[in-house]
Amino acid sequence: MKPTKRLFSIAIAALLASAAVQAQTALDDVLKSKTLKVAIPTDSAPYGYVGTDLKPIGLDIDMANYIGKKLGVAVELVPVTSANRIPALQTRKADLVISTLGKNAEREKVIDFTIAYSPFFQAVFGPKTLPAKSFADLAGKSVGVTRGAMEDQELGKVAPPSTDTKRFEDNNATIAAFVSGQVQFVALGASVAGNMMAKNPQLDSEYKLLLKDSPNFIGVAKGEDKLRTRVNEIIAEAKKNGDIDTMAKKWLGRPAGDLPL
Amino acid sequence: MRVQLDFMAVLADWPLLLKGVAWTLALTAVAVIVGTLLGIACAWVRGRGFGDTLAPRWLQALVGVYVELIRNTPFIVQLFFIFFGLPAAGFKLSAETASFIAMVVNLGAYAAEIIRAGIEATPRGQIEAAISLALNRVQTFVRVVLPPALKKVWPGMVSQIIIVMLGSSVCGQISTQELSYAADLIQSRNFRSFEAFIVIGVIYLLLSVALRHGLNWVAARFLFGRG
Repeated sequence: MKPTKRLFSIAIAALLASAAVQAQTALDDVLKSKTLKVAIPTDSAPYGYVGTDLKPIGLDIDMANYIGKKLGVAVELVPVTSANRIPALQTRKADLVISTLGKNAEREKVIDFTIAYSPFFQAVFGPKTLPAKSFADLAGKSVGVTRGAMEDQELGKVAPPSTDTKRFEDNNATIAAFVSGQVQFVALGASVAGNMMAKNPQLDSEYKLLLKDSPNFIGVAKGEDKLRTRVNEIIAEAKKNGDIDTMAKKWLGRPAGDLPL
Repeated sequence: MRVQLDFMAVLADWPLLLKGVAWTLALTAVAVIVGTLLGIACAWVRGRGFGDTLAPRWLQALVGVYVELIRNTPFIVQLFFIFFGLPAAGFKLSAETASFIAMVVNLGAYAAEIIRAGIEATPRGQIEAAISLALNRVQTFVRVVLPPALKKVWPGMVSQIIIVMLGSSVCGQISTQELSYAADLIQSRNFRSFEAFIVIGVIYLLLSVALRHGLNWVAARFLFGRG
């Protein structure tokens, strides 16, 4: 067993060594390599989805390009799912996560956030024929949700224990489960759900219960204060000169409103 | 920033992991038993060299289509077809039922071809000897042809069964709570993705080794005897 053991320790050592050389260098790296890697969604219309030319488009993609332009670097888009967003930062696959990312205490333990850049809220949706006046009405019902998304955690807090929560890998799978009738309710971001209902009028579904009002923030790796400060400056300026509102109007049909810092 | 591994954060969720292991084993057990029987049946239909024991043409064609369709499409596509596609045709299945069916159907097709190879390697003389001893068709197949055939191809069967067990990790995509689903859920809560996947990687490894030994033991004892 000896050679196997040695190989294993070499692998672990190499892993630790490669991780040790990263300390507060993200902004310098970005400026040096002239590329900004941004994790974006491709399953959350209108924030990030695949257009007819099969390229990602949406508010988050516009925001990524906007920041890239202000930094004077090229933008490399890294498509991620909800559950992958934070690992993408931790493993340095992305410098920034602009991917309908909400802020909560659990996430703040492992990554840092800039100020908010766009509005968002999550809710439970369901067919008109199935009443749900409060979360207690979800008892014994199946609810589809995207694993690792904000809705997943919020639903866990408010839904009764007998709720059958079905978790799927990304929003598209969650929507597919609801559209095909595999789940009775679905917990989604409002705009994603709006898009789903517009495309599937036969479902005759509606907004049921508010889960959380949670604007989107940009995620940066823990401790990368230089990069975070620079992005904050860009967002603050964009708020002042109206660029943030222009983007919100273009994709969401309304101004961004009051966003928290 | 150094990577600090915190396995306790993942292992603290051991009830989830245990449930995941139970589901993975349940999916595999059903797939092995039903899938192997399905494979044997399909192998009998497709197997040549039996002269008068040939199955009807239409059944051969049907099984041929089944085997080719399953062996030439990815497992996840089959699973999504059953779970997301069939409801449109009026068959609504739970995630768990869909997973069971997908695993059985998948293993059945591969097992058919593996077992057929074993059957076709049976010398004609053995079949003729069985017939001359007045065994009927079923007795010939079950007692004379099948045991040595299974014995010849058992290592291949075991490999395929392990591939199918590892493939069950895909079932988490439709919310079946197997082992990979547990890991995904844990890492989406505490962001310990590296540790979570190391832990289930080790669990899968142990399950595979145990399964291989178990299958070899069971087969030698009940399917085709030792020696």
